[in-house]
Parts: sequence; structure tokens; C-alpha cells
Amino acid sequence: MNSSVIVFPGSNCDRDIAVALEKMQFKNQMIWHKETKLPKSDLIVVPGGFSYGDYLRSGAIAGKSLIINEVIKAANEGCLVLAICNGFQILTETGLLKGALLRNKNLKFINKDINIKVINNDTKFSNKYKKNQILKINIAHNEGNYFTNPDHLKELNNEDLIAFKYCDKDGNINENSNPNGSLENIAGIFNSKKNILGMMPHPERMVDSLISNNDGVNLFSSLLN
Amino acid sequence: MRLISVKQLQLNLKKNKLKFSVTVTLKKDVLDPQGKVVQNTLQNLGMDSLKSVRQGKYFELEVSDNDQAKAEKRVDDMCKKLLANLIIEDYKVNKI
Repeated sequence: MNSSVIVFPGSNCDRDIAVALEKMQFKNQMIWHKETKLPKSDLIVVPGGFSYGDYLRSGAIAGKSLIINEVIKAANEGCLVLAICNGFQILTETGLLKGALLRNKNLKFINKDINIKVINNDTKFSNKYKKNQILKINIAHNEGNYFTNPDHLKELNNEDLIAFKYCDKDGNINENSNPNGSLENIAGIFNSKKNILGMMPHPERMVDSLISNNDGVNLFSSLLN
Repeated sequence: MRLISVKQLQLNLKKNKLKFSVTVTLKKDVLDPQGKVVQNTLQNLGMDSLKSVRQGKYFELEVSDNDQAKAEKRVDDMCKKLLANLIIEDYKVNKI
């Protein structure tokens, strides 16, 4: 499978995701944001970091960059797009994913391993997970508080477009297990065609049991499946 | 060659530019934790009559346009395209 990782000034998880992809046998290329052509890719990754120093709003400037037009075109043609953390923020700014990521409710930058529950495992991104499986994954963000309008929230629920929700280690989804104030504990969503996944947690940090755990591996093996 | 005075030149330059201010704030139903913290702190300082605080962003824009209506439309476009995220924010444009 061919993958392309988009690199912006200020991206800082681009190398991590490249290592994870290569470990999982993806043929990966790094694509600088000033490029105007994307190589033929089965998967595009918009990685985490602080593109353009989070100027204006997280993801706002990257959302108008040259390469993003190509990402939008490819996504609309059905290419798989994985957007992690700042990548998720960037895609909401482009409109490819609906809603927005607000400042964390407690105003703190949160960097810790938390639990998330797999809500929909019937997608290209999650078919190797079990439904309701609890994963331990790292989050590291200041603006991860997912917000959207009531109509879209309804759509997310009715069309099964919620990928992951924050929970505690026993799987309880409530205010206590919500790290950042996200609506309904949402940690990741799909677009309506389910070829785009945006998520705040970092699966690429969970592909090696020596340094963390293997809970992110199945996301990549789902894509290869 | 036509000569124009420095004063005239400055006047011309001034003419070809309109200034606007843009204020961007979070929509009413969007939680503004920063505004809330500022509000609590002001209240702790004894500002009892304070009802609420909403924090926002302020921009000053110069547009090289003579026609004000045209310039306003351009600035409005800039707000919609980049300065504000209409899902969570409102904006106000003022001529300055």
C-alpha cells in the first residue's frame, strides 16, 4: 500500500507516523506542503504537530495551504485519509470533516495515555478491532474539545460516524472519562463516506511494546486488510 | 513631465486605502473557557457588577480600494475564508 505523509512547517509527528507506516510495510513518501502534486497514494496521512505555530487557529493556515487542495481532491475521489491530532484540526478547517476542535475545557495542554472505546469497527480504518474494544492511546493536545452543531451530532450517531470515544479503563463513557470536554466524549469521527478518519489520539505512538504498547497496530493492519 | 507635490502624493496614497477592523468572537452557545477564567478573576478582584466576559480576536486590515462597498465585500470574504471559523465563531466588521 502506498502512503503519503503531508509535512507542514511545525508538524512534529510526521516522522513518528512514517516509522509506524514503514514498520507496517507501507511504501511511504513524505510530501512537503508547498508541493502541488500528490503521488498516487492509497492512504494520505495529515500528521500531528503545530502547523504554522497554531497561528490564528489550530490548523487554519495549513487548511489553506497549496497541498491541501490536492488532499481535498484525492479525498473526494475516495482516497483514504487519516488525520491525527493537528491533522484532525486541519481537516475540520478545510471542511472535509465537520465540526471544530476547541480549546480543552480545563485550559490545559494534556499529554497522557488515556482510554478510548472502538465505537464503529466496520470501516477501512477499524476492521481489525473488536466493537467496544478498549484501547490505551496517548493524547497530546491543547485544542481537542470536539464541537459540532446538533444536526451533525445527530448525523454522527445515526450514520455510525463516531470512530472512538474517550472512556475509563473499564469502558465507562462519562464526564469523568472525558479529558478535554468533547461533545459525547468523541475522540474520533469519520466523514459520511467513511474514507476519512480524524482523531485526536495518536495511534502511531502505540506500535511498539518496548516504548508503549501495540494498541495502535490494528488501525494500520485494518488499512492493509 | 507632470510634477505632483509630496503632499498630493500622500493624499493620493491615503485615498487608495481603506481601513477596517474585524472582531472575531466565539458564538454564544460555544463554551469560552478563557473568557470564563478572565471573568472569575475580575470578579475575584471585586468587580461585582461584571456579568460575563467573552474573549475574542481583533484584526486591523488595510485594503487598497477606493470603493467602500467593494472593499467591505472583500473584507467580508476574508472573514469567511480565513479570519473566522463560522462553525464556532462570529465576526463583526467596522470601518475605521
